[in-house]
Amino acid sequence: MPVNWMPTAADYLRFLPEIILTVVGTLLMVLDAFSERRGSPLYGNITIVGMLAAIAASVYAYSDPGPAFSNMLMVDGFATFFRILVIGVGILAVLASYRYLARENAEPGEYHALILFSVMGQCVMVTANELIMIFIGLEISSISTYVLAGYLRDDKRNNEAALKYFLLGSFATGFFLYGVALIYGLTGSTTLPLIRNAVPGVSPVFVGVAAALMLVGLLFKVSGAPFQVWAPDVYQGAPVPVSAFMSAGPKAAAFAILLRIFMTDFKPINTGWEPLVWISALLSMTIGNFAALTQSNIKRLLAYSSIAHAGYVLVAVTAQSDAGASAAMFYLAAYALMNVGAFAVVTHLCGKGEKHVSIDDFSGLATTQPLTAGLLTVFLLSLIGVPLTAGFFGKFYIFQAALESHLVWLAVLGLLNSAVAAYYYLRILVVMYMKEPSEFASHLEPLGPGMSAALILPAAGTFLFGIFPGLILNFAVKSAMFAR
Amino acid sequence: MNLLDIVILLPLVGFIVTLFIPRGNPALVRTFVVSMALITFLVSIGLICSFNSDAAGLQFEHNSIWIENPQIHYHVGIDGISLWLIILSTFLTPICVMLSWRAIKERPKEFYAFLLLLEFGLVGVFAAFDLFLFYVFWEVALVPMYFLIGIWGHDRRIYAAVKFFLYTMTGSVLMLVAIIYLYLRVGAGSFDYSTILDAIQSGRIGLTGTEELWLFLAFFIAFAIKVPLFPLHTWLPDAHVEAPTAGSVMLASVMLKMGCYGLIRFCLPLFPNAARTCSSWIIPLAITGIIYGALVAMVQPNMKKLVAYSSVSHLGFVVLGIFSFTQLGLDGAVYQMLNHGISTGALFLLVGFMYERRHSLEIVDYGGVATVAPWLSAIFLITTLASMGLPMLNNFIGEFLVLQGSAQANFLWTIFASLGVILSACYLLWLYQRVFYGKPSEDVQHHMPDFNAREWACALPLVILMVWMGTYTQTFLTPVTKASARLLNQTTVSAPVRAQLSVGGAQHAR
Repeated sequence: MPVNWMPTAADYLRFLPEIILTVVGTLLMVLDAFSERRGSPLYGNITIVGMLAAIAASVYAYSDPGPAFSNMLMVDGFATFFRILVIGVGILAVLASYRYLARENAEPGEYHALILFSVMGQCVMVTANELIMIFIGLEISSISTYVLAGYLRDDKRNNEAALKYFLLGSFATGFFLYGVALIYGLTGSTTLPLIRNAVPGVSPVFVGVAAALMLVGLLFKVSGAPFQVWAPDVYQGAPVPVSAFMSAGPKAAAFAILLRIFMTDFKPINTGWEPLVWISALLSMTIGNFAALTQSNIKRLLAYSSIAHAGYVLVAVTAQSDAGASAAMFYLAAYALMNVGAFAVVTHLCGKGEKHVSIDDFSGLATTQPLTAGLLTVFLLSLIGVPLTAGFFGKFYIFQAALESHLVWLAVLGLLNSAVAAYYYLRILVVMYMKEPSEFASHLEPLGPGMSAALILPAAGTFLFGIFPGLILNFAVKSAMFAR
Repeated sequence: MNLLDIVILLPLVGFIVTLFIPRGNPALVRTFVVSMALITFLVSIGLICSFNSDAAGLQFEHNSIWIENPQIHYHVGIDGISLWLIILSTFLTPICVMLSWRAIKERPKEFYAFLLLLEFGLVGVFAAFDLFLFYVFWEVALVPMYFLIGIWGHDRRIYAAVKFFLYTMTGSVLMLVAIIYLYLRVGAGSFDYSTILDAIQSGRIGLTGTEELWLFLAFFIAFAIKVPLFPLHTWLPDAHVEAPTAGSVMLASVMLKMGCYGLIRFCLPLFPNAARTCSSWIIPLAITGIIYGALVAMVQPNMKKLVAYSSVSHLGFVVLGIFSFTQLGLDGAVYQMLNHGISTGALFLLVGFMYERRHSLEIVDYGGVATVAPWLSAIFLITTLASMGLPMLNNFIGEFLVLQGSAQANFLWTIFASLGVILSACYLLWLYQRVFYGKPSEDVQHHMPDFNAREWACALPLVILMVWMGTYTQTFLTPVTKASARLLNQTTVSAPVRAQLSVGGAQHAR
């Protein structure tokens, strides 16, 4: 980096989404200090406006793509795709939180500020073109999420979730940082393009060790087996809207890093890490699906299902092709829609103190609240992978990419896994449609405006991308070419 | 947009509109759905009228791109085989709506909406000529049936519904792998059936023996579960017994035909060599199914279960006909598919009517029905006779053709399969005797009114068709023969072509 280098306007423009998110987050904290407004929708509204502005800024920044801040960031199609994805997840989580925060009498100011900071960290992660930047983004996102997981501080399970997530997460980040240090020692650089040039010249064994260490950190973040153990406890313990947020946003951002680093810098040593990734893929799918079969707590069930879905995306990573990368991108978008949607339904139904999170509490929902039940049906069918939903095309593209890369058996096992998964999603459909309404289900509050939006938007998206998958896929294919 | 597109889309439009009808108005829902189903049927009659029975190729073809990457076409069309299966679906849907008129009291809106969605899936399956599109419709038809069984079924409905879903789903994911593999292997960048078929038939892509076998098996298992072929049939008795009457009728009459149709349309022409090789164990399975199904049906105390097992037996004939690789066998198989749709559908319908009156499916709860409800008994008798293959009624033609076809291939098969015809007479006549003859009990006497107008409207068209199909076969068989001859030709032509190619290749190498 030249010593007399000064940032230009273009640099700030390309960093605009992150700037907006930070400013709005800080603004909320200041606002919070001067007024006590529990149950007020003001904070949520400001957050949503801020995030919409950040999306607009991301789109605008993409009109002039390129590196920023001396190659520390790279605004390309790939980054823009993931920026919009993680901010979108943030918006849906906020929409789903209005009633929840009021019900739990939680302070809305810090909550929304933390969500904004976490989203900002994820945006940095997906845009970063340099390992230290990635690490900083990862830490901003993670630390905010640790706090969010324990946001209801009087609740025992919240505390447990936050502590577990924090301790294990710190270890994982530590592993990642060891990998970064090793790479810096080997190649003398932390910038991804420079590392790419240097890797062929250094010992593949040491690069492999570094890659393995970074993989451990990232697998933890995406809850890929065998580093998935934290996910069920944390998703179960954290407040439901936070689980919705955690299961989609940080995961997508971590996958973005995984794709960006492993498809480019570590491409030359792919024979070394490929087995690790497919073993993790297979383990994640199998452990996730089989463990989900016996769950009776809906949050835990969705947690195991999210482990399984991470496995499907890892199949796409194993394919190591442009088709695989774009399939992973499509899947992450589809998954964000259907999973946040499903968690949002849980948020709506769980009642004060999250007392009603067992599957049986959904009994007869189709009779008492047909719209809610219908929307959850859409999400579940998409998670199963029934055609005309986004989830189906996600699986289809992933397994197509796997077959293209001659991973026939992995595709067969993955698809058989998805048939197993159908069973536990069907259980929820069964209780909703085929059982008599429970005492609890007959006294539900109606859907509020925020929650309606948090359910209808993803459901509409699930259908839209399930019937016209090209809307996302074409952009994903175009921007997954970063490997060259 | 041609006539076929309209037939496919009308039920979908009906489904969506039904969802928006206010909940508190079941009469409006029923009227709307029945008129929608009737309109669809009338439009589909138009397909028959303008269908050219002398042409063997696809008619009413519509081919446009649905998804750019990978290229997936909305490619639909019909030949003589799919024509009748589509008519069967559109013909039975209004009947199913009418027969549920009184039986479905809870959540009628969703029930009728799902019936229309089911019709959309079924018509689509029979019209799709793009492998991907076929898969989409195949799965779309699965969802409404799951709900029909699970919500409006009898006591063990949830078990039956989940079992039904998982069986079908497991088969179909294997098929999905095979479809994608085939797509990549052909490398034409398209899932279009004609493109892939062309590439295979012309020998442009030589699938190796192993590849062909595995692909065949992946498709075959998906279809065999749906048929269902012994020993994959265990979901069927559960699903049939637990389903509401309309569900049983649609399941038996049309959904099982999805499997048979798949075997004919995909397994035979795409993988002719593997299909011929595997017929050596598929046919014994089919014959086992014929005899096993009949024997199990004989000892059932439950009427619906008896009819369900008779389905296993009857569909054995279809599979036997398909894998005999003879013109007569294939014609018979298709004819038998339609026959089974009409006569077994009618049996389920009549059993359903009796259930509505007496609230029991157990044979012992009946007896002497003939004295109190003569018309019901008469119609049931005609249906029974049709189902057991009495000449002049529909099943006779189908079974006869299948047996004749299989005799051309291997006479031993015919001997064993004929046992099924005899056994079907045993269990059906015995059923009839126990239910309709004897002295009516107190309950039967008071709770067995004869047919009302609505029930006549449901049953009469079916009876007319039984006689029509049994006496004037040309109406139905002519288009089928053209299509099946073409299909059969596709299964034979490729083997010599391939031999020729390999000889040519060998000479070239020299």
